Amino acid sequence: MADLLEIRNLRIEATSYPPGEAPRDVVLVDDVSVSVAKGKVLGLIGESGAGKSTIGLSAMAYGRGGVRLTGGEILLNGRNIRGMNASGLRALRGREVTYVAQSAAAAFNPAKRLMEQVIETSLIHGIMGRAEAEKRAVMLFAKLGLPNPESFGTRYPHQVSGGQLQRAMTAMALCPKPDLVIFDEPTTALDVTTQIEVLAAIKDAIHDTGVAALYITHDLAVVAQVADDILVLRHGKKVEYGPVKQIITAPHEDYTRALVSVRSIDHVEKAEAPPILSVQNVTARYSGTNFDVLKNVTVDLPAGQTLAVVGESGSGKSTLARAITGLLPPSQGRITFAGRTLNAALKDRSKDDLRELQMIYQMADVAMNPRQTVGTIIGRPLEFYFGMTGEAKRKRVQELLDQIEMGKGYIDRYPAELSGGQKQRVCIARALAAKPKLIICDEVTSALDPLVADGILKLLLNLQAQEHVAYLFITHDLATVKAIADKIAVMYRGQVVRYGSKTDVLTPPFDDYTDLLLSSVPEMELGWLESVLARRKMESAGN
Amino acid sequence: MHPVLKLVAQRLTLGLLLLFAVSLLIFIGTEALPGDVAQAILGQSATPEALANLRESLGLNRPAYVRFFEWLGGILTGDFGVALTNGQDIGQAIGQRLGNTLFLASCAAAISVPLAILLGLVAARYNGRWPDKVISGITLSTISLPEFVAAYFVIFLLTQVIPIFQPVAMVFPGMSFLDRLQAVALPVIVLVLVVLAHMMRMTRAAILNVMQSAYIETAELKGLSPMRVIWQHAFPNAIAPIISVVVLNLAYLVVGVVVVEVVFGYNALGQYLVDHVSKRDLPVVQAVGLIFAAVYIGLNILADVISIIANPRLRHPK
Repeated sequence: MADLLEIRNLRIEATSYPPGEAPRDVVLVDDVSVSVAKGKVLGLIGESGAGKSTIGLSAMAYGRGGVRLTGGEILLNGRNIRGMNASGLRALRGREVTYVAQSAAAAFNPAKRLMEQVIETSLIHGIMGRAEAEKRAVMLFAKLGLPNPESFGTRYPHQVSGGQLQRAMTAMALCPKPDLVIFDEPTTALDVTTQIEVLAAIKDAIHDTGVAALYITHDLAVVAQVADDILVLRHGKKVEYGPVKQIITAPHEDYTRALVSVRSIDHVEKAEAPPILSVQNVTARYSGTNFDVLKNVTVDLPAGQTLAVVGESGSGKSTLARAITGLLPPSQGRITFAGRTLNAALKDRSKDDLRELQMIYQMADVAMNPRQTVGTIIGRPLEFYFGMTGEAKRKRVQELLDQIEMGKGYIDRYPAELSGGQKQRVCIARALAAKPKLIICDEVTSALDPLVADGILKLLLNLQAQEHVAYLFITHDLATVKAIADKIAVMYRGQVVRYGSKTDVLTPPFDDYTDLLLSSVPEMELGWLESVLARRKMESAGN
Repeated sequence: MHPVLKLVAQRLTLGLLLLFAVSLLIFIGTEALPGDVAQAILGQSATPEALANLRESLGLNRPAYVRFFEWLGGILTGDFGVALTNGQDIGQAIGQRLGNTLFLASCAAAISVPLAILLGLVAARYNGRWPDKVISGITLSTISLPEFVAAYFVIFLLTQVIPIFQPVAMVFPGMSFLDRLQAVALPVIVLVLVVLAHMMRMTRAAILNVMQSAYIETAELKGLSPMRVIWQHAFPNAIAPIISVVVLNLAYLVVGVVVVEVVFGYNALGQYLVDHVSKRDLPVVQAVGLIFAAVYIGLNILADVISIIANPRLRHPK
């Protein structure tokens, strides 16, 4: 029997408009061929820019933002949909193929109730009547583990959580009984504890409805849990294509091997040392609220070491950083830094306090002025703190660029001309320029691809060895924690629930929350999802 | 209390405060002018004794704040005072003309608002293609014409070239509704031409802005038709900016159309105000000014309230 979707020698192009240059055509995807049989799941994996979403959307013959499908064949149910006219495409989009976006929060219309949006496709295409569609939607809500499936649809998108929206989007995609669903990074934006639930819900739903799927992600450990076959992509070209078992256990290509072994930085924790930063009984709340976002937090960070602060979103990790930097003065408690007590509010702190305590942010993109060159961005703290100008400043900027392994040719570039990883490196150099004793790193690798993130972590570790700088490393990713931390603080609802050296924190017996957090991190092995879920089920039955 | 009710109550309170401030400004403004009502009445024949007598009998010797609250109190109880020039009751004179003003404005709004929004949606649907260019071209040229030029052009076209209307928009009490409609046809056409472009462009811009959102891509990937995507998914999220421009234009239709009234000899509030400004009939100017301010503030509060109600986050809190 012919496959449901067969892509042959696909070529996709777009027009690029580099600043200051003439527009030119670039090839996004070149000579890619894959096929998906009924009821099977194909994982598309690669770093950003690898063309995985572009290929995924080509299964609906959709080119995002001026992307053109210029060559090859896209056979859906036996007919070529590349070059099909608009009304033909409208008839198949939503009916034969549906789409689940990465950010369900943005992909739902804020002005309409969830039910209206979930059943819209079924009604418009005349697949079923309103009553039947609503019944099916409620059935899918229940299957996906949404609370109160009967009334869930009457809510508006802003009234439910991100994880629930992601599941509602899956229900929306499955409701019209499509042949193929495209999942475009459906769990990437979620907390690790939510991700595992959504992943399990999606996997069950795929299995129960017998639908075929394209599952796009940059996380090989995630896709290994749901896919039958995997296509590894890089720069728009096929790297390796094969059954999931072979890709995970016996990859043929170096790039795939790098993906499989990513997150294997071996970092041995350093010995106990006197603290450079000491947070004592800090409690804080935002003005105008009567809820403490930090409750009695006490942690120490030894000089030249790394304290990782982990927890899901809303646990108070970033608020702790705001309290330490003085952006949110605590209502109680004391923060000592380099032997002196810091004033609570930013405006009362000395220039040295500011200089010795630097920050790096998650979104390097928005943390830099897009109209300044790399040289100006890194030079600014040199000027501000050390009064450097002219040749001396430029020389020091170059030194810093060498340190972040961006030696030649970057000093006069603008942020828009850098890749995501390079932007983050520039932010690191800017922080280093102030010769700080402590750098607060707020989810600095979360927006990066795994291999790029690995590079950043290695760089941070090298810099720590050279400059003896301490890091307060905020993250929700436990693999990152293992790679970089000397001490760990696990936060949950504004409190530190577990704190100590890396070995102590990661060694059983665990408290309930740490156990949940640790066991939710996807591991690069087949059947991991099932075994975790089975263990949790047994434990809850045992209680 | 439901947050929407709270916000609406806030807006209403603010509107009332604003109206009070405006009434104070109007009163101070007319007080600050050289001369007073007594001088205006007596004109050339003013002798110091006559002025003093008249001021005494009109109560003009009392402090300004007393007269202000008396004036405001009168208006709140429906007493606008008496016109100096002809001794007519201002309330009565305004009542009839306000009716004419509102009739003209509502006719123009009833045509221009739906038309502008529809054209805006079509222009957004065919963004950058010929329907968009034709719609934008035509509406922008009509807004660029001064009103009186547009008015004379319309008169020439529809009374001379194609004689289907009479050039003067005379209305009088006791006229039938259909006759009235017939009478205001030409001024309505002119006003529609004048206000169309602004609302159309804003609708188009607001829709195009929303069309960048991720949920529009979701709708497209559902296989919906372009017009359904715009109408069902983009428009509900673009209501707030559209409404605020619509309301500004409605306010203009009420308070700013004196030129059109004059050209067509239409007996309404704008003309009445201008007449009495030239005659220095201050009580009339004050009264009409206050009514215009009330219309402006009232419509803007309405726009705020509609925008609040259109926002699902406020309507359905977590």
